[in-house]
Amino acid sequence: MTKVIIDGQELDVPPEYTLLQACEAAGAEIPRFCFHERLSIAGNCRMCLIEVKGGPPKPVASCAQNVRDLRPGPNGEPPQMFTKSPMVKKAREGVMEFLLINHPLDCPICDQGGECDLQDQAMAYGVDHTRYHENKRAVEDKYIGALVKTSMNRCIQCTRCIRFSAEVAGVSELGATGRGEDMEITTYLEAAMTSELQSNVVDLCPVGALTSKPYAFAARPWELSKTPSVDVMDALGSAIRIDARGREVMRILPRTNDDINEEWISDKTRHVVDGLRTQRLDIPYIRENGRLRPATWKEAFAAIADKMRPAKSERVGALAGQLAGVEEMYALKAMMTALGVKNIDARYPGSPLHPKHGRGSYLFNSTIAGIDQADAIMLIGCNPRREAPVLNARIRKRWRQGNVLIGVVGEQADLTYSYTYLGAGPDSLTPMIDHAPAKAQKPMFIVGQGALNRADGAAVLAQAAKAAASLGVVKDGWNGFNILHTEAGLVGALDIGFVPGEGGLDTGAMLKANALDMLFLLGVDEVDVPAGAFVVYIGTHGDRGAHRADVILPGAAYPEKSATYVNTEGRVQMTTRAAFPPGDAREDWAILRALSETLGCKLPFDSLPALRAAMYAAYPHLMRIDQIAPGAAADIQNLSKLGGTIEKSALVSPVSDFYFTNPIARASAVMAECSAIAKAAAQKLTLTAAE
Amino acid sequence: MSVRRTAPAAVQPKEFAFTAENLAWAKAQMAKFPEGRQASAVIPLMWRAQEQHHGWLPEAAIRYVADMLGMEHIRAMEVATFYTMFLLQPVGKKAHIQVCGTTPCRLRGADDLFEVCKHRIAHDPFEVSADGNFSWEEVECLGACVNAPMALIWKDTYEDLTAESFEKIIDGFAAGNPPKPGPQNGRQFSAPEGGPTTLTDPAVYAAQSKAAAPQNTGPALTDSDAKKPSVTASNREAPEPKAPLSKAGADKKPKPN
Repeated sequence: MTKVIIDGQELDVPPEYTLLQACEAAGAEIPRFCFHERLSIAGNCRMCLIEVKGGPPKPVASCAQNVRDLRPGPNGEPPQMFTKSPMVKKAREGVMEFLLINHPLDCPICDQGGECDLQDQAMAYGVDHTRYHENKRAVEDKYIGALVKTSMNRCIQCTRCIRFSAEVAGVSELGATGRGEDMEITTYLEAAMTSELQSNVVDLCPVGALTSKPYAFAARPWELSKTPSVDVMDALGSAIRIDARGREVMRILPRTNDDINEEWISDKTRHVVDGLRTQRLDIPYIRENGRLRPATWKEAFAAIADKMRPAKSERVGALAGQLAGVEEMYALKAMMTALGVKNIDARYPGSPLHPKHGRGSYLFNSTIAGIDQADAIMLIGCNPRREAPVLNARIRKRWRQGNVLIGVVGEQADLTYSYTYLGAGPDSLTPMIDHAPAKAQKPMFIVGQGALNRADGAAVLAQAAKAAASLGVVKDGWNGFNILHTEAGLVGALDIGFVPGEGGLDTGAMLKANALDMLFLLGVDEVDVPAGAFVVYIGTHGDRGAHRADVILPGAAYPEKSATYVNTEGRVQMTTRAAFPPGDAREDWAILRALSETLGCKLPFDSLPALRAAMYAAYPHLMRIDQIAPGAAADIQNLSKLGGTIEKSALVSPVSDFYFTNPIARASAVMAECSAIAKAAAQKLTLTAAE
Repeated sequence: MSVRRTAPAAVQPKEFAFTAENLAWAKAQMAKFPEGRQASAVIPLMWRAQEQHHGWLPEAAIRYVADMLGMEHIRAMEVATFYTMFLLQPVGKKAHIQVCGTTPCRLRGADDLFEVCKHRIAHDPFEVSADGNFSWEEVECLGACVNAPMALIWKDTYEDLTAESFEKIIDGFAAGNPPKPGPQNGRQFSAPEGGPTTLTDPAVYAAQSKAAAPQNTGPALTDSDAKKPSVTASNREAPEPKAPLSKAGADKKPKPN
């Protein structure tokens, strides 16, 4: 620790702190544009100037100097820093004046207005007149993709976006051409960015140069009600803030959560918003003579009850989909139990994940933050870049720090970091069984759904567990055996045992032709339901499930309900209602509660708190919001006892198109455009490779 | 200065590749840098690509060099747009004339040279003449202030220019017969015009043998060691640099570039 005096206040700070960090530790506010905690230091905006005694006799850019580089006074006094002296104020005013020479005065028509760093800091350091009468610099706007709108006159060249794309996203597409007075931020020949994290540059941009294209001119920040919530587009449960105006969700922004998403979110998380407005089911439907017709809730319930009465409980089934919250799955399970139905499931056909193996057998045990400590990472049957881009950025962050070995079994894709490719099929794991323990102190396995959602899923999981045991992935104080989920709802489903009861059918068996007479789908759109069964679909969008349905009950999407989701780590999180479901749509648990009454098996709760009380009594760990009830290390040993023989076929990630993984994303025009751009880019790449 | 952009697609070649000779040279340049730092060779490689491609750097070449060095394309583009020696637009086929416009040359009559350029080549810098053979630009100091005013054409400097001698040079390039580089007024390098002006008294040399006494009739210097026309100035007849004093490199001669 080094003693420093900041604005007359003496304090101890670590020597590796920058002056800016030291000043913040002392409670002083330092304005900045280019500096960002999670990016490398550029030191080019000069807004963070402070005065240092024991340093050079000029203002110092506090972001780019370390405390250890300061000299003590002549008699060994600690170095002094001043953040509020007249010299500092004058220096920052000078910097601000330079920045404003070329910055257009278009705040009234700028989307960043109201949440602009330059606007805010100009309130403190700006001057009310200009001494420059020459024309302002004009820069052409660039096309850099479907998500980021550019207005390059406003750019102050802080280079945060360039550093983000090179360092965090790992796809160096942005650059500064014509350095000097003609510096411009652009992509190579104005090609669209390809990163799944590209929209984060909008948040990083301290001015209005990069703004959100889908949200352009839609609302002002002060008109929006801001609701902290949790994302369900992938199984990470990134922290988000939902901004709504009236009953319409206008945009989604990330919240900082160092345990999960730091402060990034994927493009799908952010720009799925327009999918919440289109293709929505806002009224119940009943299929009559092959056509769906609008109906009332009463008619819809009556139609279900008519079909339910003659059905035998062995011929009834229920499936829960990826966006289902724990509450509605609990209600559905309770209803099915009351009806004597054992055919319930939430997993893909073939998936060996089961609560009977223990909670540790299906969690990301090391936690996402644990990636920062791992020194060897093995990706098995997953493509984290497509399945969970924010997690992939975390692996990349670890890779950038060095001293980490990364191996891949499965798809050989561009993951934005280098890795050793070990093979495509699960047989590549065989040499690792009966292998000497890995040299790594904290080795990590990440097993994706591509390795599990297949006929030999159990055998592959057992193979991975055996390899993990011999390599020392699970040891005292470290459990590196991780399952990476792709669906937000699945861990919660496994937690409450939403799996077939004794003698019940699993997903694969339920989806066989003529297996069932009656099937309840709770937002299930990813599987094909064979003809024959009478299908009740509870969901939000007119997607695959609704097209197959015989009765549609309109539910609430994730920003429209308070629901619990358990992320891939097993962290229990709760969404908050930011808007209301459209039309006659209702929250899913309430639909099930009302339906249960019609079916003559009334569920024993009348309110969400009552449902939760019952649920918490049965599964107390769901009560501890934002916490993880860790799985046992012994569960992984049990997994290796799973039998079966592995096939040689390659492990393929279940996410083939990142932008189209769920009904909300498929309803979004923005996601469709992104998907088309990504496909065109991939095609171009294969063409070039073919040449 | 204006914004530097790549040339319009109509004039861009689709593909670019080094000739075998340049490729070997490029490999040698890349080998100078430690493994993983090959991107450091981006400037020499793009410079060689520009030489190969009629004096200007097409977009395909930027891509080609970036791919060769394992860089992102935009990183190479950043370099190409920063350094004004990379010409991103087509230039004259026979000569691209870089006239120095910095203070000493201006004081010694560079304005006349710009007038010649404007009348004979094109009104604006970087504009290719009607016949496609010439283009010109104003550049900052090229380091021959003592021979001001001067101009650089490809790798050669033409110094001590007047409007007339400058016209002659352009005529020479137009005819495919470029004049000898260096001062165009008969002067030796930067020595005084018309021969030496000091140490001309024969008495100074009286003490030495008569045979050794200089005859002040001819030029004071010879240019046998001067830069050869159309060869880079760095490529001089000089003794090979000494090998570094290390055991590993003691028996190894450094490769000439």
